[in-house]
Amino acid sequence: MSSSIQDTFFEECEELLEAIDEGLTAIDDGNWDGETVNAVFRAVHSIKGGAGAFGLDKLVGFAHTFETVFDGLRSENQKLDGKLAQLLLRASDNLSDLVVEARGGKPADPETHGAVTNELQAYLEAEGLGEEVDLSDFQPMVLDLGFTDDQPSQASFLIRFRPHATLYDSGNEPLFLFQALAELGEIDVTLDESRLPKLESFDHEEAYLSWEIRLTTDKSEAVVDSVFEFVHGLCDLEISEEVAGSKEDPGLDTSVDASSVKDNSSEHTKQSSNTSTPNAKASAKPDAKAANSTLRVDLERVDRLINTVGELIINHSMLAQQIHNLDVDDLRAVENELEAFKSLAREIQECVMAIRAQPVKPLFQRMARIVREASAATGKVTRLVTEGDATEVDKTVIERLTDPMTHILRNAVDHGIEKPEARLAAGKSEDGEIRLTASHRSGSVSIEIRDDGAGLNREKIREIAVEKNLIPRDADLSDSEIDSLLFLPGFSTASEVSNLSGRGVGMDVVRNSVMALGGRITISSTPGAGTVFTIILPLTMAVMDGMVVSVADQTMVVPITSIIETIRATEGAVHCLGPKENMLSVRGSFVPIFDVAQVLGLRAESRDPLNAVFLLVETQMGGCGALAVDTIHDQRQVVIKSLDGVCGETAGVAAATILGDGKIAMILDPESILAEAPAAKALA
Amino acid sequence: MKTKVLAIDDSRTIRSLLSETLSEAGFEVITAEDGQEGVETFAKTKPDVVITDINMPRMDGYGVIETLRGKKIATRVPILVLTTESSAEVKARVRGAGATGWIGKPFDDESLIFAIKRVAGMAG
Amino acid sequence: MQVQLEEQHSAVQEYVTFSVADQVFCLRINQIREIRRWSPVTILPHAPHYVLGVMNLRGAVIPIYDLASRLGLARSDASERDVVIVVNLDGNLLGLLAEAVSEIISINPEEIQDTPSVDSRDTMEFIQGIISKNDQMIRIVNLNAVGFPDKDEV
Repeated sequence: MSSSIQDTFFEECEELLEAIDEGLTAIDDGNWDGETVNAVFRAVHSIKGGAGAFGLDKLVGFAHTFETVFDGLRSENQKLDGKLAQLLLRASDNLSDLVVEARGGKPADPETHGAVTNELQAYLEAEGLGEEVDLSDFQPMVLDLGFTDDQPSQASFLIRFRPHATLYDSGNEPLFLFQALAELGEIDVTLDESRLPKLESFDHEEAYLSWEIRLTTDKSEAVVDSVFEFVHGLCDLEISEEVAGSKEDPGLDTSVDASSVKDNSSEHTKQSSNTSTPNAKASAKPDAKAANSTLRVDLERVDRLINTVGELIINHSMLAQQIHNLDVDDLRAVENELEAFKSLAREIQECVMAIRAQPVKPLFQRMARIVREASAATGKVTRLVTEGDATEVDKTVIERLTDPMTHILRNAVDHGIEKPEARLAAGKSEDGEIRLTASHRSGSVSIEIRDDGAGLNREKIREIAVEKNLIPRDADLSDSEIDSLLFLPGFSTASEVSNLSGRGVGMDVVRNSVMALGGRITISSTPGAGTVFTIILPLTMAVMDGMVVSVADQTMVVPITSIIETIRATEGAVHCLGPKENMLSVRGSFVPIFDVAQVLGLRAESRDPLNAVFLLVETQMGGCGALAVDTIHDQRQVVIKSLDGVCGETAGVAAATILGDGKIAMILDPESILAEAPAAKALA
Repeated sequence: MKTKVLAIDDSRTIRSLLSETLSEAGFEVITAEDGQEGVETFAKTKPDVVITDINMPRMDGYGVIETLRGKKIATRVPILVLTTESSAEVKARVRGAGATGWIGKPFDDESLIFAIKRVAGMAG
Repeated sequence: MQVQLEEQHSAVQEYVTFSVADQVFCLRINQIREIRRWSPVTILPHAPHYVLGVMNLRGAVIPIYDLASRLGLARSDASERDVVIVVNLDGNLLGLLAEAVSEIISINPEEIQDTPSVDSRDTMEFIQGIISKNDQMIRIVNLNAVGFPDKDEV
């Protein structure tokens, strides 16, 4: 079968599984109606239908059982209680695993598959819906048309056919039936109009015509009969095999012109030899018309488009600058056009970016399953509440967030949420709650994972960090600094490895994944009330909002997402600490100053901090740093140009961009500047 | 003039399958995602034959047949129903609603084309 | 015409000669993508001494090397009279700062002499061979060696 349609099927499965999950979640929440059940039924049914087309029997079988339960719920008004909802959710998870398996991924766990299937069957039987799950009614209705059979023996059939009036009402048309017959062999059609009444007694609703057809074919009687499949009961039909040689004399004068019909027949034979092997056929023409509402596009093409549009925008600013430099009196007309050019280019860019943007909903739904499984494994009851499902994020971001978020959520259930009794004792509701929230925040996307569990055990974290030599025993750390220790490499809480969250993956891996996406992650916790992870991500991987600054005569860009605020140095705000380090006083607390020019090796001596401008940036550790730069220009969107292939990893630099004058500017990586500088090391 | 087929199914997979198979067999194929859209598309495109799924959001297959037949939009245009069940009961119900015939899901290319030819012939 | 000529003298290669720190060098013409006038570059922090910075070549970010510095000669002070020879090195573009390009010469392989044994490691590594032409010594630059970072830099 055509692989492109199979791809379509699996893509659609993803959506259908989402719809199932959504419906079941609503049912589980008690927030549903008949249409919810219908929608889930339809989705399961569609998966079954598609799977059938590709011969995915295991998937078909399970979908069928699952569907039967829903069919019962739909028609019989069966009670849908929490227990059943839980079973259905597990069934949906299993269905999703079977889809993965069918796609050639990880095989579904046979134990889970067996258990869920049995439970569904048991339910069906208990509710008297227990049709034994017999798939015989779901085998392809293969009509044996005998096209490929080698049956040279010819037979002659005499068919008497008298349509009832209802046959015409059903949209059936005798002529087409004759054409179909003609494809089976030689036909000779005779119209019997003897029953036609005189004009004055003609009833338009009545059918008066009947035919006699003589068919010479190598097909069996069953095949001939199948032509009339749709009109059984709507006509008088008689098919009899004639003994050779006993031909009746046909009334030639009223016979339907069958010559054109015969032409069709030879054409069909040719066609059927092509189509008799469906596998070979479908791939022959992969570019056949696809569904009209969507267009499948190679991601690479989209990315090329994004890059080109980026160039267009850069090109615009270069053009604008050059025009500005021209020695012309009145530039207003040109500038107006140029402004229009700019907004068009921006619009194209937004549209192109939107192609890559996808809602976080599927990601969140996957997380619902993680929470379910983690809860079941730990004997806890946890509800996942999601907000902002429709928030759109770059496709890559969604794909690469699955693992880090899975880890955070498993941790949250495993270590965060308390057992029901402990929760009750603490005066909380019995069920734990994890809230996933996605939202757009000035050019970036924020994803928050908030649990209402016990909060981080800071004493223990501290103890582990000391044990592992990550911090000195007497380190003076604030609460948030202690929380952030979780992100340190090597902080794998071996003493509490459980089979659930401890798979040797530490939070440092989570942090690295987020950083690799150009984002950052922070943690905050309140003892007894829970923990919040916040992931801030760029909207796209191709452009970002940056603050354009000057450092040692070089123009550079600092990502807006990492900047908390800009501060101008004032007398008394800068304080020396030790021989070299300077601290900036910001509303009563002291923040270490990092001279960007010095850190990047562009200037040997630190400049007078009083002449500098500071960008207050936040670090992963929850601490702050003040980047000292020479001047701040403006804030603008820049196209990210990777430095891969240009140089190796450069400390302090994340990537490059091209500015309006055509010059390249470095995009700084505040995180690594702070890590690079001696001040940061001293602080840690 | 190619025979114009309107295929109504909420499953993108089935729509693609129908589209590909039928276009290759020389039909012109128009698709719609649900019954409502199907009826609207019918009015706009005047197809020679309609293939419709049963279970669909907004308007199901029976709704399509009743609308097309009952409102006399298409009293004679053949309507084929895609059904996963081939029981006599379903066939009777489908016919009772005014359908011309049925196609079992999953369908193979031959029976699909054969079913259409029996109700719509094969022009072009 | 061009094609025919090349076929007739398939062994003959065309080289572009240029001077760096008062010495004459050359590169095979098909190694060169284009030659541009020098314009100030953007400094690449923490880069090796011979990397002048990066330049925008029609939307691509390409590094610019000071060839003199790379070859262990006196570091040049780039000026507007200088040129950047853009070369293609395994799919990556690289710019080499040189003083004016002089001419295109056709060389038979027999005319290429091995690099004489000298003490300087840089010389041996970066010069692929030499050509004698009109009493001039023309040094063939080993582009792969120039583009490959030194071991102690990695």
